[in-house]
Amino acid sequence: MTSILASAEELTGGVCCGASVAVPREASGCAMEAVRALVRRRVRDLTLIAVPQAGFQADLLIGAGCVRQVEAAAVTLGEHGSAPRFRAAVSAGTVEIRDSTCPAIHAGLQAAEKGVPFMPMRGILGSDLALHRDDWHTIENPYGENDPILLLPAITPDVSLFHAPRADREGNVWVGVNRELLTMAHASRETLVTVEAISDESLTSDVRLAAGTIPSLYVSAIAEAPRGAAPVGLPGYYDEDTSHLRRYAELAQTEEGFDRYLAEQVIAAPAPA
Amino acid sequence: MSEAYRPEELLMSVVAGLLEGARHVAVGAISPIPAGGALLARERAAGRMRVSILGSERHTFFTDGGRELFDCAAQGRIDAFFLDGAQIDGSANINLVGIGSYPRSRVRFAGSFGSAYLYFLVPRVILVAHEHSRRTLVDRVDFVSAPGTSPPGVYRPGGPVALVTDRCVFGFDRAAGRFSLSSAHPGQSVGAIRDKTGFEFTLDDAVATTAVPGAAALALLRGSVREALQEAYPEFAEHVLGQAA
Repeated sequence: MTSILASAEELTGGVCCGASVAVPREASGCAMEAVRALVRRRVRDLTLIAVPQAGFQADLLIGAGCVRQVEAAAVTLGEHGSAPRFRAAVSAGTVEIRDSTCPAIHAGLQAAEKGVPFMPMRGILGSDLALHRDDWHTIENPYGENDPILLLPAITPDVSLFHAPRADREGNVWVGVNRELLTMAHASRETLVTVEAISDESLTSDVRLAAGTIPSLYVSAIAEAPRGAAPVGLPGYYDEDTSHLRRYAELAQTEEGFDRYLAEQVIAAPAPA
Repeated sequence: MSEAYRPEELLMSVVAGLLEGARHVAVGAISPIPAGGALLARERAAGRMRVSILGSERHTFFTDGGRELFDCAAQGRIDAFFLDGAQIDGSANINLVGIGSYPRSRVRFAGSFGSAYLYFLVPRVILVAHEHSRRTLVDRVDFVSAPGTSPPGVYRPGGPVALVTDRCVFGFDRAAGRFSLSSAHPGQSVGAIRDKTGFEFTLDDAVATTAVPGAAALALLRGSVREALQEAYPEFAEHVLGQAA
């Protein structure tokens, strides 16, 4: 049964040091309040899996020293520029980067949701991505001739962590058109979700809502966190806090600036207004 | 009399010309010039072209999550896409990862995004370089996010057709694996372009001057294209297309 917990703090209380944690791209719903809770709890040695790219949440976790390894197609603050703590950590060698490409991460999760060990995929051959990924293998297509094809191992995150508009009392979570969140939930050992609101109305009894709903079967725990994606936006619900993110992008250029941001916005200010 | 135009408008007009006949054009995130060029091409295609803009909620047909664009490309349902590179070399290899030795790049960039896949699968990939210099257009990239060509036997219906920069337009010969200068933008000489390019390239038989956008193209760019760009690229729509050059 899905646990309904009181806060993002409680929701993420079981995420252990060393866990692999999958997080979605910013447009799909970032559990920022939960990410701040992880930072406050000083979780260490996470393997962060970006589905398929990550931005502010990844930079924050990396800057705060929570991350040992990142698997991503890209880490960027988008229109606010490059992700400064990510760049610095990779150049310094304090975080290990496993460079991937967007469809490879989606395909790895799809292998996990099917319970198969790998997924074949087109493209990628001859890139330096393939050169540096010793867990990717090229085989001959057994159904063709002279047709090399890449195999990608299944990606099974210990935890998927994201934010969604709503859930119901049974733990069903509505994600609408952001269907990579379903794939993440299917593929992961545990799925932790913060939501804007938990309502009494069942999401699975209305066919119009059920199509965009993750059944509670896949959801380990939920917690209400109004504006839980802030300062990142939740498309269709609220916009990003642009001035906040711009200020972060500036402060995070230096370690001192980042520490100041952390002290002001994460450690001292547990919940944003 | 030709009308005054902005450099971005010239590039959007060039991009639109390269998209003629495409049925479905996809545009990646943070790509306002390709998006504007694609929307201009769509205006001219009289209902025969779809344009999917990532990062837009209005201009997208996808309803099956982040993977759909890639699955769509693998099936041949996307005719044209755009890529850029922090470095692009003379063999059309692109680098979106970093400068210096990998993995501890001296300068680290965001990462390869979907390039290592889409470059292989989308028939008409247009490379866009906003800064035409020896820093970006290099002899050999430091990291191959996606190779420009592949050996025989590698499944590759896609690849580069052109490189559009702020100075010129190169075509790409896939068999020869090299760029050829197709046209120089007004005010740019072949010598100056050679001087600013870090890789060897050949010349088309007659290197043309890049066609500048005419009154009709400018009217579309500043009208319906600007309106369509408002949602995904509000600042670009306002500051580049919102006022006369």
